Amino acid sequence: MIWLMAALVAWILGWGANIWLSRRPATRTTRLLVPVIFGLTLIVIWECVVRGLDISKVLLPAPSLIAQTFAGSTTLLWRDFVQTVVKGALSGYLLGCGAAFMMAIAVDRFPFLKRGLLPVGSFAAALPIIGMAPIMVMWFGFGWESKAAVVVVMVFFPMLVNTVQGLEATDVMQRDLMRTYAAGYWKTLLKLRLPAAMPFIFNGLKIGTTLALIGAIIAEFFGSPTLGMGFRISISVGQLAMDLVWSEIIVAALVGSAFYGGVALLEKAVTFWHPSQRGR
Amino acid sequence: MRNVVPVLTVVVAIFALWYVAAIALNAPWAEDKAKRAGVTLTTSQLIADTWSQKKPKLPAPHQVAAEIWKTTGDMALKGRAFSKRSLIYHSWITFSATMLGFILGTGLGIALAIGIVYNRTMDMSVMPWVIASQTIPILAIAPMIIVVLNAIGISGLLPKAIISMYLSFFPVVVGMVKGLRSPGAMELDQMRTWNASGTQSFWRLRLPSSMPYLFTSLKIGMAASLVGAIVGELPTGAVAGLGARLLAGSYYGQTIQIWSALLTAAALAALLVGLIGIVQRYTLRRMGMVR
Repeated sequence: MIWLMAALVAWILGWGANIWLSRRPATRTTRLLVPVIFGLTLIVIWECVVRGLDISKVLLPAPSLIAQTFAGSTTLLWRDFVQTVVKGALSGYLLGCGAAFMMAIAVDRFPFLKRGLLPVGSFAAALPIIGMAPIMVMWFGFGWESKAAVVVVMVFFPMLVNTVQGLEATDVMQRDLMRTYAAGYWKTLLKLRLPAAMPFIFNGLKIGTTLALIGAIIAEFFGSPTLGMGFRISISVGQLAMDLVWSEIIVAALVGSAFYGGVALLEKAVTFWHPSQRGR
Repeated sequence: MRNVVPVLTVVVAIFALWYVAAIALNAPWAEDKAKRAGVTLTTSQLIADTWSQKKPKLPAPHQVAAEIWKTTGDMALKGRAFSKRSLIYHSWITFSATMLGFILGTGLGIALAIGIVYNRTMDMSVMPWVIASQTIPILAIAPMIIVVLNAIGISGLLPKAIISMYLSFFPVVVGMVKGLRSPGAMELDQMRTWNASGTQSFWRLRLPSSMPYLFTSLKIGMAASLVGAIVGELPTGAVAGLGARLLAGSYYGQTIQIWSALLTAAALAALLVGLIGIVQRYTLRRMGMVR
C-alpha cells in the first residue's frame, strides 16, 4: 500500500513539475528537462507498482532488478552486442546502403529504368521483407553472414528510393547554370546533384538504422550460434529470465538511439545549409 | 500510365534473374545427384532439374506459384478453403491480428496526437519519447510480450495484435501531429474571427486538413502492423498464421513453403496498402484536396 501511495505521489510530483516547467518560456534546459522528468517518473511509478502489487518478476521485473542484472552480466551483453550489432547489423547496413547508393547512381542515368524501378522499389519497401530471414539463414548458415544478408535486403529498398528521389531534387535552373559553367555529367553530379540529394540520402540512412537492428535481431530467431541479442532474447524468454531479456532490450534501445543519433549528427555536419537544419 | 512499360520491364527482368539464380543455386545439388546415379547431365537436363527439385535452395517462380495455387485456389475449389493446410486459413489468422492491431494502433495514435497538439505539457514530455522510441528496435520484445501475456491468461489474437498496435501507432502519432498542426496562423485566425469554439475549429479545420497526413501514415502503419503480426507468430511455436508457416518451413527445410508464405504475405501487404490508397484517393477527391 505504501508503495502504491509512493507511485501516486511520484506521478503527481512529476506531472506537476512538468506543468510548471512547460508554462515557463521554453529554453534549451526546459526542453531537455521535461522529457527527462517524464521518463524518470515513469520508471519510479513502474518500480513502485511492481513492489506494491507484488508482481512476479516473471511477468514484469522491477527496474532495480533489471539494472542489477544489467550490471552483473556486462561481459555476456557485450559479446552479444559484438555478434549482433557489429558483425551482423553494421556490416549489413554498410553493404546494403552502399549497394543501394551505387544502384541509384547507375539507374539515374537511364530515365527508362528509373521510371520502372521507382514504383517497384517503393512497393518492395512496404513488403514484410523480414520474412526473408529464414531463407537467408538457409543460404548463408547460422553465422553472422546470414544476419548481414537480411539487413542488406531490408535497408536496400528504402535507401534506393530515397537516393533516386534525392537525385531529382535539383531544378532546371540549377542544372542549366552548371551547363553554362561547361560542367560535365560527373562534375554536375559531384558538385550539384549529390549535395542537393543529401537530405534525402540521410533520410534513407536514418530509416535504415532501425531496420538494420530489427533485421539482425529477428534473423537470429531462425537460427544462430549460441550468441547474439536475438538468440539471448528468445532463449531467456523460454527460461522465463525476464530480467535478462529486459537488459538486452536496454542494450538494443541504447544501440538504436546511438546509431540513429550518430547518423543524425553526421547529417547535421553534411547538410548544414539545408533549411531544416538552420534557425534552431 | 506512361510508367507501365518500364515497370513491366523491371518486373520481367526480376523474374529472369530469379530463374537464372535458381539454376546457379540449385545446380550443385543436381550435379551431385547425377554423379551418384552415374549419369552425366546435358545442359538442358541440368536446367530442367534445377527448376523442379523438391527441396531446392531457391525454388523457381513457377514452383512457388504452383504451391500457392495448390494451397489456396485448388483447396477452395475442393471446398476446404479453411482447412489447416490451406494458406487462406493462415492468411486469415495473420490478417485478423493485423487488422485488430492496426485499428487499436490508429485509435491510440490519433488520441495521443490530439493530446499532444492541445496540451503543451504533453507535447513537451511525450513527443520526444515518441520520436526516440522509433529508433528502438521494438520488435525485439515481441517474444516477451507473447509469453508474458500467455502467462496471465491472454493468448490467441490479442498478443499479436498488441505487437501490431505498438508498431503501427508511432507513424500515426507523428503524422497526425504534423497534420493537426498544418493549418497556418491565417486559417486559425479566420476561425477565431468567426467566433468558432475549440471543438468547432478542431472538427472543421484541423481534422480535415490533417487527412492527407493521416492517410500517408496509415499506409506505413498498415505495413508495419503486418510485420508485427508475422513476427508475433514466431515465438508461439508455429501454430497458425503466415509467420508460423515461415518458421515451420525453415525447421523442415521446405523452401517452397517458405517462399509461398512469403509471397502471400507480400500480396496481403500490397492488398491492404492498396486498399488504403483507394480510400485515400476517394476521400481526398470528395474533400476537394486533389484534382
